[in-house]
Amino acid sequence: MFDTLKLSSIPPADEALRPLVREFAAQACKFRPAEQRVRSWIGYDADFSRALGQAGLLGLSLPKEYGGGGYGPFARFVVVEELLAVGAPVAAHWIADRQSAPLLLNYGTEAQRQFFLPKIAKGELFFCIGMSEPGSGSDLASVRSRAERTATGWRLNGQKIWTTTALDADYMIALVRSSGTMADRQAGLSQFLVPLRAPGVTVRPIIDLTGTAEFAEIFFDNVELGEDALVGTEGGGWHQVTAELAFERSGPERIYSAVVLIDEWVAHLRAHGRLQGAAATLAGQFSAQLMVLRSLSMAVTARLAAGESPVIEASLSKDLGTSFEQSVPALIADDLGSHPDEAVDADFYRTLQFVSRIAPSYSLRGGTREILRGIIARGLGLR
Amino acid sequence: MEDFDLLPSFERLLEDASPLELVRAIEAGGSAAALWAKLEESGFLDLLVPEAAGGAGITLADAAPLIEALGAWLVPTPVAQTMAARALLAEAGFEAPPGPILLATAAAGRTGPLPFAELADHALVELAGQAVLIRISADMRHPAGLHASRTAALVFPEAPEILAKLALPPGALRALGAVLRAAEIAGIAGKALDITIAYANERMQFGKPIGKQQAVQQQLAVMAEQAVLARMAGRLGCAAGLPPGQDAAAAAKQVASAAVPVIAGIAHAVHGAIGISEEYKLQLYTRRLHEWRLADGTEGYWAGLLGTSRLASPAATSIDFVRSISPV
Repeated sequence: MFDTLKLSSIPPADEALRPLVREFAAQACKFRPAEQRVRSWIGYDADFSRALGQAGLLGLSLPKEYGGGGYGPFARFVVVEELLAVGAPVAAHWIADRQSAPLLLNYGTEAQRQFFLPKIAKGELFFCIGMSEPGSGSDLASVRSRAERTATGWRLNGQKIWTTTALDADYMIALVRSSGTMADRQAGLSQFLVPLRAPGVTVRPIIDLTGTAEFAEIFFDNVELGEDALVGTEGGGWHQVTAELAFERSGPERIYSAVVLIDEWVAHLRAHGRLQGAAATLAGQFSAQLMVLRSLSMAVTARLAAGESPVIEASLSKDLGTSFEQSVPALIADDLGSHPDEAVDADFYRTLQFVSRIAPSYSLRGGTREILRGIIARGLGLR
Repeated sequence: MEDFDLLPSFERLLEDASPLELVRAIEAGGSAAALWAKLEESGFLDLLVPEAAGGAGITLADAAPLIEALGAWLVPTPVAQTMAARALLAEAGFEAPPGPILLATAAAGRTGPLPFAELADHALVELAGQAVLIRISADMRHPAGLHASRTAALVFPEAPEILAKLALPPGALRALGAVLRAAEIAGIAGKALDITIAYANERMQFGKPIGKQQAVQQQLAVMAEQAVLARMAGRLGCAAGLPPGQDAAAAAKQVASAAVPVIAGIAHAVHGAIGISEEYKLQLYTRRLHEWRLADGTEGYWAGLLGTSRLASPAATSIDFVRSISPV
C-alpha cells in the first residue's frame, strides 16, 4: 500500500541553501516574541518576504527564465523548514510561492508566466486563493460565484470567504463557475486571476478567535476582467485545483505549525530542571513523531520531484501531520498543568493558548480531515 | 533508494516455506526444523554478512523490505535477528553457530518475555553490559505459557559459557532488536490492512459492502496512515546502521509501537466478531502485532530515552535535533 513512498534524502544542492535561509530567519526573528513566531505561516511581514525574494529564496522551483532558482521541490522544502523552525513571518509570499506560481507555470499562458512569475520570485506580488464560499466548504464543486463572458473578457460576481491573507494580497486566483449550473458539479468551473484592487472588489476582514484578522471575506460586484484573467482552460478549473492541492497538502508546513511551542516548552523544562520522567517521555514522543513525519513529507516531495501529482499521498501526509500538530498543545498543556506550582513565563503561556485556540484550523485549511480520509479511502480501493 | 531485486525471490521463498498452516502449527508447539532448513538452504540467512566473510553484504537499509516481508509472512522463528547476529559475529571474526539466534538484553541476568525464545538455540545477549554469544539450554528457558505463543524469558546462570565476545556499545543490541521489530511491525500491519480492506469490500450489511460506509472508510484511512507511518519508521531505523544509533532506533520503535494499538484496534473493529475467532486469520496478525509492540521496548520506553537525549541536546530547535538524529 502506497509503495511509492520511499525513504528519500534531500539533494546536496538543495541542502546547500540552508545556511543562507537560516541567517535570514534568525534576523527576522530576533525581536519577535514566541507568541508571534508561533503564528508560523500566518505571520505576515511583507518586508521580510521582499528581502527573501531579493536574496533569491522565493520561487526556487521556477525555471531561471522566469526569475526562479531552477531548483526542484526539495529546495522549497529546505527553505520552508528553516523558516518555520524558528517561526519566521512567511505569510505574505506563502500562497504565491507555494501554489500560485506552480499553477501559473503549469497552466498559465506564456504572457501570464512572463508577467507574474518574476514578480512572485522577487517577492513583489502576493497572492491568495479563492476557494471557499459561504455555501461551499468541503463541497467545493458547489461554488456559486460566476464569471460571464463579455465582449472584452469576463464579468465576475459572487463571494469568497475564509480567504487567508486576502487583506494584503495583490491577486486572488479564484475558482468560479464559468458555464453550466451547480448541477454540473465539477464541469464548468474555471480559475481566474482577480486583482484585489479592481473596481467592484470589496475585502472585509474577519476577526478570528485569537483576535487576529488573518482571513477575510471578498465580494465581487460586476468585476470586469480581461481575456487574460483566465488561468488554464475554461472548464478545467477542477482538474487544476486538484493538482494544486498536491502542492498545498504535502509540505513540511503540515507538521511544523506548533514546533515553536515545543521549543518554548523545552526551554521551560530546562529552566525548571525537569529533564526526566513524564516530561522526557513526552519530549521523546514529539521528537520521534517529528522525525518520521518529516521523512514522510520528504517521501511525498520526492514524488513531486519525479513530476507526479501525489494527491493521495499528500492527503495522507497532511492528515498525519496535522493530527500531530494538534496533539502538541493538548499534551503540553497537560504537562504544564500537572505542575501547578511552577512559574510560567507569560509569553510561553500566551504561545500555548494561541496554539490551543488556533489548532482546529490545522485540519480545516487545505481540506478537512474527513475529506482527506475520504480521498485516502478511495485510494485504498474501497468500492 | 531503488527497489530491491531480491524481494520477489525472498517473498516466493516465504510463501512456500511459511504458509499460515505452518505458522499456526509452530505457534501451537510444532517443530520449526523444516522451515529453518529451507531458510538455511536459501542462503538468505547470510544476507547481511559481509561479502568477505561469505555473505551477500547487503546493508540493513537495503534489506528493510525483506525484514518487512518476514513480518508480513508471520515467519514463526527469529529470522531477522539471526541475520543481524550473523552479520555482527562475522564482522567480529566469529563463525555463527547453526540455528536461530536471538538478540537479547539481560541487565540482571534475565530477560523479559522474548517471542519465539523457545525455538532459539543461541542468544547474542548484552549481559552485564557486555555483548556475548551464549548457547541456550533448556533450563534457561522460562516459557510464558501463553496460548499459541512460543514466548519465553531467558534466565542465565552466573557464569555462562561464552562462545564469543563482541565489542558493541551498551544498548546496541536492544536498539538493533527494536529496529528489526519496527520493520516487521510494518510488514505485519501492511498485510493486516490488505486483509481488512478486502473484508470491508466483501462483507455486506444494510444491502451494501461495509466499505461503502463513510464511518468504516474513515477508520480504514486512519489504519492505512498508521501502517505507512510504521513503514517509514522501520525504514528509517534500518537506515541507521548495524547496529543503529540509539536515537534513530528509538524514534523508529516509538512510532511503530505506538501505531500498533490503533492498527490492531481498527482491524478488529472493521471485522466484527469473526476477527476474534481462532479459525479466521486476522488474529494471527494482531496477536503478533501486540507481542512485537512490547518486545525490545514499547513506545513509552523509547520515548523516555529519546526525550532524555532531546532535553540534553545542544540543538537550537526541535527540527535541528530531529535532523541531527535522522539517518536521511
